[in-house]
Amino acid sequence: MSTYTKKQVSDLVKGTLDWDTVHLMLSMPKDEARYKLYMEVLQENVSYDDKIILAVGPHLNIVESSKDQEIIIKCDCGHEFGHYSKNWKLNALIYVRDNVEKMKEVYPELMAPDTNWQVYREYYCPSCGIMHDVEAPTPWYPVMHDIQPDLKTFFEWLDMPAPAKI
Amino acid sequence: MTIMKNALGYTPGVLLESGLTLNDHRNAIQERTAKTGFYNGHETLEFKDKDPIGYERIFSKVRAGLVNSREVAKKIAASPIVEQEGELCFTLYNPAGDCVATSTGIIIHVGTMGAAIKYMIQNDWESNPGISDGDMFTNNDCQVGNVHPCDIATIVPIFYDGFLRGWVGGMTHVIDTGAVGPGSMSNGQIQRFGDGIQISCRKTGINDTPLRDYLHESQRNIRTTKYWILDEKTRIAGCHMIRKMLTEVIEEEGVEAVEKFMYEVIEDGRRGLVKRIKAMCVPGTVKTVAFVDVPYSHPDVHVPSTFAKMDSIMHAPCEITVKANGTWRLDFEGCSRWGWHTYNTNPTAFTSGIWVMMTQSLVPTERINDGPRYATEFRCPAGTWTNPKDRRTAHADAWHFLVSSWSSLWRGISRTYFARGYLEEVNAGNSNPCNWLQGGGVNQDGEVHAVNSFETAACGTGACAMKDGLNHAAAIWNPEGDMGDIEIWELAEPLLYMGRRIKTNTGGYGKYRGGLGYETLRMVWNSADWTMFFMGNGYMNSDWGLMGGYPSATGYRFEAHNTGLKERIAEGKSLPLGQDRDPSLCEYEKHLGPDAIVKRDKQCITTEDMFDNGDLYLNYLRGGPGFGDPLDREIASIQEDLNQNFLMEEFAIKIYGAVFTKDDEGVYTIDAAKTKARQAEIRKERIGRGVPVREWMETERAKIIDKDASLAVQQMFASSFYLSAKFLAEFKEFWDLPADWELPEEELGTPMYGARHNIDIGDLPDVHPVIMVEE
Ligand SMILES: [Zn+2]
Repeated sequence: MSTYTKKQVSDLVKGTLDWDTVHLMLSMPKDEARYKLYMEVLQENVSYDDKIILAVGPHLNIVESSKDQEIIIKCDCGHEFGHYSKNWKLNALIYVRDNVEKMKEVYPELMAPDTNWQVYREYYCPSCGIMHDVEAPTPWYPVMHDIQPDLKTFFEWLDMPAPAKI
Repeated sequence: MTIMKNALGYTPGVLLESGLTLNDHRNAIQERTAKTGFYNGHETLEFKDKDPIGYERIFSKVRAGLVNSREVAKKIAASPIVEQEGELCFTLYNPAGDCVATSTGIIIHVGTMGAAIKYMIQNDWESNPGISDGDMFTNNDCQVGNVHPCDIATIVPIFYDGFLRGWVGGMTHVIDTGAVGPGSMSNGQIQRFGDGIQISCRKTGINDTPLRDYLHESQRNIRTTKYWILDEKTRIAGCHMIRKMLTEVIEEEGVEAVEKFMYEVIEDGRRGLVKRIKAMCVPGTVKTVAFVDVPYSHPDVHVPSTFAKMDSIMHAPCEITVKANGTWRLDFEGCSRWGWHTYNTNPTAFTSGIWVMMTQSLVPTERINDGPRYATEFRCPAGTWTNPKDRRTAHADAWHFLVSSWSSLWRGISRTYFARGYLEEVNAGNSNPCNWLQGGGVNQDGEVHAVNSFETAACGTGACAMKDGLNHAAAIWNPEGDMGDIEIWELAEPLLYMGRRIKTNTGGYGKYRGGLGYETLRMVWNSADWTMFFMGNGYMNSDWGLMGGYPSATGYRFEAHNTGLKERIAEGKSLPLGQDRDPSLCEYEKHLGPDAIVKRDKQCITTEDMFDNGDLYLNYLRGGPGFGDPLDREIASIQEDLNQNFLMEEFAIKIYGAVFTKDDEGVYTIDAAKTKARQAEIRKERIGRGVPVREWMETERAKIIDKDASLAVQQMFASSFYLSAKFLAEFKEFWDLPADWELPEEELGTPMYGARHNIDIGDLPDVHPVIMVEE
């Protein structure tokens, strides 16, 4: 099994890792230490103290709150999206591209969907305006609850102590 | 039954040394697997543990033999689909029909040919038509497990010392099957009965000799006979090379070792997936969904029956559950009904195909066999497009739905890779690889011909979480994607290239953008009689972006008739060449004669239509979706996109907030400080225009109560609600709809022929379908 340095994992997150190392990461069995290094790197990239335990997006993490140890979803800017078992999107801002004019803002004519069939739903952080997700469903489609991790089992897999309130 | 056996001279239970019939043998394996949770009850890998070198030696010989046979056999084929694109594969099975190892190529056929062997086993082919050394069987029947009729399988039993030791299957994608629409993945037909030749595990050879009745009959039923026969020879040659290889391995390693290997290696494969899931994924559930437009009400879609003449949408939700024990479950509850088109599939194709995609991330090894399937639970509800349970369904372009639904799985499982740091494995999804340029008629050599351009094997791939997607590189179903050489396509098709260029602005925007597609403009030339049609998505995009990335651009159609190009060429006037950069500018039209008839719209599915020499057809191969908020994209990358003609100025400004200058030579330079400032403004604008989701839900809920949506959207929901009480209940709960709210399909007035009454293959006398998923 390969091992990587924290610097290499940090470069991976930044998108600057050299291709030889990326290729090694792709072709060799996965390195068990990745999770630990990744969490350290992510933690250094945010200004809050809550402990990051899983990443949901480039600016969205599942964290153990330093206030009350609750497990919540948090934007890099500090905005809290609620308990990790609930869909964070319900606490976001949404902008729906549901007509020709709004679609023209993102794709040239004929290269965007027909909004009678499909709309684009953009989910923004209410505090910093980061776009955390874009959905492309039909009208009427329920908001997708993308991922619901089983944290208890995850920490068993990692053979690491789990946060108290999972 | 016994009488029949005696009459043909076959005795059951003599094929295996154990004296069991093949069916009893297979059932015993299934029972041992179900009881222990280990394939064939292999709680330990005795052979591998005791003699790891011997075990690996057999694996290496078998795998090398398979790959080598594929490469050699490929050279026999004349079809560019096989010879250029490598649309063939060879697979070795144990006597029970479970895959031991496979060659490179289209890995989906690990499962489809296995399903054909299992069908022969379960339906007592042993008694009738009999299984003997030197036999060949042919299958392309989708009701037996094939993907689409143009994938023809030759299956050869392998005997040693008088007993059956395994099977080898060889598959090629043929150019034409004699369906209503020419070109192998066609439309126009809406039922199996127009979907081309159907061969159901038929014995087509004895003593290594193809039977004349089969050769005559099959050629009468298809258009492109020369390619058909050479494909046939390709498959037979490959199968026989592999049979010889296995015989040699048995002689070198001993029959006992090889037999042990052929079962243990499958349990080894099962464990490999479990290990990999635990190493890369996060346990829990991931939900994902995909859609595909089926715009059949348009006048350019000609179908034989009124009940097919409607707009509908394929709906493919999936709940992926990664379990604590490292196995996983894929549940397709809520999928929409099958339809009167050629995009239906069956559970074997659906589930086997998933490995095509998973081998590109979850199990990227050469050890592909049936093992991972034993670590996977699939649920394909009966009556959905994934499991129609109706023997009238057409399947010619099953890929159209399949790839879209798989792409969403890739996106979904990528969320778990991302969560724990394996960013290099993340893929935002893939394009639905299309358009499929197809057609036929009499070609430049005066022969009856059909074409299916596999240029689509090189679409844009999805963005990764640490790099952009690849431009015009691959297709989800063929990781070794290749666009093919222009010179070869021009030999195969009466279509000259007026241009082949990267398609600007087709990759989904993002921190990392999706790979771009490309476009080729083809002019019909030298044909005597020619037809073509379009086969892709246009009104909808089957891909989403991931974590803030945008979906790729959708498709559109461009075709032109009565172009006056012959005259313009003679007069030395300008011609439509190269790019259709911004489709709203209608650049090509500026170089056509005054009487040209142009179709430029979102209708990306059409049926066979006549094309004269000089007519134009734009083959637009799609881009891939993006990853992450576009405002996170490196300034240098945006600048590069502009300078490489990957991105239009307008969208560099609107999407990325780029502020730039352009010099006399057309070189763009981005002002980083001004761009950063503009991006900060864009974030503020988002906050300004966004509404709280719960507030928006109230307005959307009102639309649902008012039944305010297009008929296609409503029909999709109605069909899913009818098939899934669970999906309906969840829908109503999410939108907090009144208890009596309902959306029966009956109230929409759309055609419902086939919606309530099914004709299952299992209703046929003496037919026992092989079922390998939960229904
Ligand atoms: Zn924020």
